[in-house]
Amino acid sequence: MNAPLTAKDFATDQEVRWCPGCGDYAILKCVQKTLADVQADPDQTVFVSGIGCSSRFPYYMNAYGFHTIHGRAPTFATGLKLANPELDVWVVTGDGDGMSIGGNHLLHVLRRNVNLQILLFNNEIYGLTKGQYSPTSRVGTRSPSSPGGSIDAPLSAGAFALGAGARFIARGVDTDAKNLSPVLKAARDFKGASFVEIFQNCIVYNKDVFDDFVNKKQAKETQLHVEHGKPLLFANGAKGLKLNPLTLGMEVVEVGENGASESEVFVHDETSPAIAQMLLTLPKEGYPMPLGVIYRNPAPAFDESFWAAHGNKGKRTGKVADALRRGSVWRKESA
Amino acid sequence: MGDYENAHTPVPNPAIHHQDERPQAKRLVFHLSRWDMSRQISSGGAEFAGHKLVFTGGFAMLVGHNAGGRVPMGQIIPENQSIVVRFAGDSGDGVQLLGSQFAESTALAGSDFSTFPDFPAEIRAPVGTTFGVSAFQINLGARRISTAGDAPDVLVALNPAALKVNLPLLQKGALILVNTDAFNDRNFAKANIAADPRKTGELDDFQTVEIAMSTQTLEAVKPHGLSRSDAEQCKNFWALGAILWMFGRSRQPIEDWATTKFAKKPPEVLAGNLAALNAGHAFAETAELSAEIPQFVIGEAPMATGDYRSITGAEALSLGLAAAGELADREVIFCSYPITPASPILHHLSRMTDLGVATFQAEDEIAACCAAIGASFGGAIGVTSSSGPGIALKTEAIGLAMSAELPLVIVNSQRGGPSTGLPTKTEQSDLYQAIYGRNADSPLPVIATAGPGDCFDAAIEATRIAIRHMTPVFLLTDGYIANAAGPWALPDMQDFEPILSNTPPAAQNDETERKRAIWNRDPSSLGRPWVAPGMKGLTYRIGGLEKDIETGDISYEAENHQAMSELRARKVAAVADFIPDQDVEQGNTKGPVVVVGWGSTHGAIWRAVHDAREQGLDVAQIHLRYLSPLPKNLGRLLGCYDRIIMPEMNMGQCATLLRDKLGVKLIQLNKVSGQPFKITEILDSITTNYPAKAKIKAAE
Ligand code: SF4
Repeated sequence: MNAPLTAKDFATDQEVRWCPGCGDYAILKCVQKTLADVQADPDQTVFVSGIGCSSRFPYYMNAYGFHTIHGRAPTFATGLKLANPELDVWVVTGDGDGMSIGGNHLLHVLRRNVNLQILLFNNEIYGLTKGQYSPTSRVGTRSPSSPGGSIDAPLSAGAFALGAGARFIARGVDTDAKNLSPVLKAARDFKGASFVEIFQNCIVYNKDVFDDFVNKKQAKETQLHVEHGKPLLFANGAKGLKLNPLTLGMEVVEVGENGASESEVFVHDETSPAIAQMLLTLPKEGYPMPLGVIYRNPAPAFDESFWAAHGNKGKRTGKVADALRRGSVWRKESA
Repeated sequence: MGDYENAHTPVPNPAIHHQDERPQAKRLVFHLSRWDMSRQISSGGAEFAGHKLVFTGGFAMLVGHNAGGRVPMGQIIPENQSIVVRFAGDSGDGVQLLGSQFAESTALAGSDFSTFPDFPAEIRAPVGTTFGVSAFQINLGARRISTAGDAPDVLVALNPAALKVNLPLLQKGALILVNTDAFNDRNFAKANIAADPRKTGELDDFQTVEIAMSTQTLEAVKPHGLSRSDAEQCKNFWALGAILWMFGRSRQPIEDWATTKFAKKPPEVLAGNLAALNAGHAFAETAELSAEIPQFVIGEAPMATGDYRSITGAEALSLGLAAAGELADREVIFCSYPITPASPILHHLSRMTDLGVATFQAEDEIAACCAAIGASFGGAIGVTSSSGPGIALKTEAIGLAMSAELPLVIVNSQRGGPSTGLPTKTEQSDLYQAIYGRNADSPLPVIATAGPGDCFDAAIEATRIAIRHMTPVFLLTDGYIANAAGPWALPDMQDFEPILSNTPPAAQNDETERKRAIWNRDPSSLGRPWVAPGMKGLTYRIGGLEKDIETGDISYEAENHQAMSELRARKVAAVADFIPDQDVEQGNTKGPVVVVGWGSTHGAIWRAVHDAREQGLDVAQIHLRYLSPLPKNLGRLLGCYDRIIMPEMNMGQCATLLRDKLGVKLIQLNKVSGQPFKITEILDSITTNYPAKAKIKAAE
């Protein structure tokens, strides 16, 4: 019996080439540690990425890896899963790669529910191409291509995933391994496409853009770690989310003697798309950032249905020599 | 090519009197006098078995003396001739079924044939319009048939639009069977026809047999209680019955086929269709009428002993991919996005699940290509398929597969272009795209299919190259090949060598050693071992960044990039070490003229060269399967001919390639009308370009 694998066993001999201080380092460490925690088999694990800073990820993971082309990682991963459904396949993408050039593929891999983990590193900027605004950048983002501030409305990755029909949607923060690692484990355990948006700090081009909720000093006040069957409480239980039945929206309420009772706080049901919708589209101002497994509602995974639909699990049961004779065959005797 | 296209357009002769109007029951008017007006070809006629044999364009007919040389009694198509029949009607008239069943009966009669369906571009064009006309053409004879035929000798036109659209295609003197029930003012208006063509003299150059097919069908079907519209639907079976009689064919196989086809329908549907079939047959047979509807006798074509079936290019290509999977003992994962004219391959493969084939319909062309590459990475045979515009979208991904040294088969069913172009028309204009159409220096092997049956072998060969050399391979076919059909001698799977892949190395703990082993390319093919995720102890990373030639690690080193670029070029060049020498299909290995083709021009070139040789011209035929790399002996071989004619359905792409690679001088014959070459077009080019000196020599 070999010694148990450690996080180090999932590292490669390649020099990591992200900018010092980039949030990607923390995510890499967290993924390596998580895989060690679950004693994943590197031979059965594959990381597939597109193009961008985040997409360098596979080179640093001691597993099989494929650094593909811009935006298309989900499609390669789908083909790979069809060829070998046993593999544990992770897609690593970013907000530009996944939501802009690859938006179509992300949409379809989610609705098909291919059994993969999709980690979307959202830094609200194009890093590798030197700092242009991305589809998740907030209006007014100043960048080399938007010197006067960007004007297009940003996309919510989570709401996009839900709209696309994703069955597993979770969120985490790059440097918060304590909360991110369980999310990654849950994503790995889920049979189907698990979509994890990771808020990642691009220290060079969009430094601290998530500071309002990731800053440790105020994290308790600004982060809501959701859990299935538990009330949506934050700020050490001093605040909670309450459903306003008239607006069908969430309201922040104080919990305690002078405020609402805990029973008024909405209880999270991760199988409800309506609750997921509310949580994924909470306004930024005055609300906490929901993190953790926001939506988990299993459905048949595509790779399984695919082979079920192909009969015999894709095994060759017929012979081409016989197939040639399907239809009308006639014999010719030359004179 | 305009001149060629119009070569057989009949010129209406206003001096010829119009036919009489007859009562409905007697609407059979046979323009007997026109037989004698027929274009006299060859020696112009001969005595045959006591009858005068008159050549009417493409076929010969026997005219009985007893009827004053006017009434055809039965026409024997001589062994060196063929006859072209075209069925045309509205998209809803069941013309394709009519045609394919006639082809089936031709197969059983032992004649050779080639068919081509001509679908309207619109899915459901308004009934009766010219753009809603669907047609099916078959060329058949007791000789080798290589194309669906230049100009029809027989046309069955089920409505005025079908007559209008197809009339310009016909051989002068052709026989036309029209459904007179459809010839009314309403249908003339729909087809934009100003006056009844039967009265304008437009048909004077042809023999027209007018039959009230719809009336006849309704009569026959009446006892079976079908609704009027359902009953009318049976008229293709009525026409089929008449045609079967004309060609002396048995109805039994059609009855058997219909019994299976309509098994799930209410019984009156089968009964109605069979009644129509029999009625059409009886109608044609009736003594009175048989004098007017000619009968053709076509002998068996000489073909090697064996089992045959009729097959389209799309079907053969699909079976070929399945066969490649079997020979390689790997799954075939075919990833595609619907596009005309490539979709039939997706449809056929979707029904071959028992053959280790899986089909994935992706969200777009790019996804289809990438999923196929992902499947190849995973150890299955990844195949993607499209037509020019879709291939354009796949380009970046193809470059990645090349860079990552993964096998991939890319099937391009070429169509008319550029841009969206002519989706339902055929062309061979994506050769540049296949050979050069990627960013940077990214050479790939390119091979082409020559005809429907050949698609089977070509698909196996493309897969073999992809796996041996670990590279994407382009397999070029086209819209004509995809839909054309003909008899195909069933191959014996024992004749094919297994497809072997480069063996993966043993598990390696040392990371550097492992990487070196994974990128340790076979010295002769330069293909690397096919290492797939899941294999023990062989984890590695690939990608589109330039990689170190030995370890596969990302490398920005100048010398390494030079070495890798050269390696990629050498790898494609190495394919030439594994392919057969180019052969000469017909004629001598040197001489005054050779016709060089590739792809679907094969059939037309074969017949043209064959005919030219029969006329005494020393012409040879060379047909290329391998376009990149070219066979090693090709330059030397082409150097043995004084003139090289290169017919292509593009503006000269292969000609440019050959000039570039071999420095040869070529005479281009380019056709980009969306239509395949006619035999006459190639034959004319041969005669025009045949050197006068060589003619004298041949005469001596
Ligand atoms: S540019 Fe930004 S995202 Fe990219 S490596 Fe540097 S810090 Fe990280």
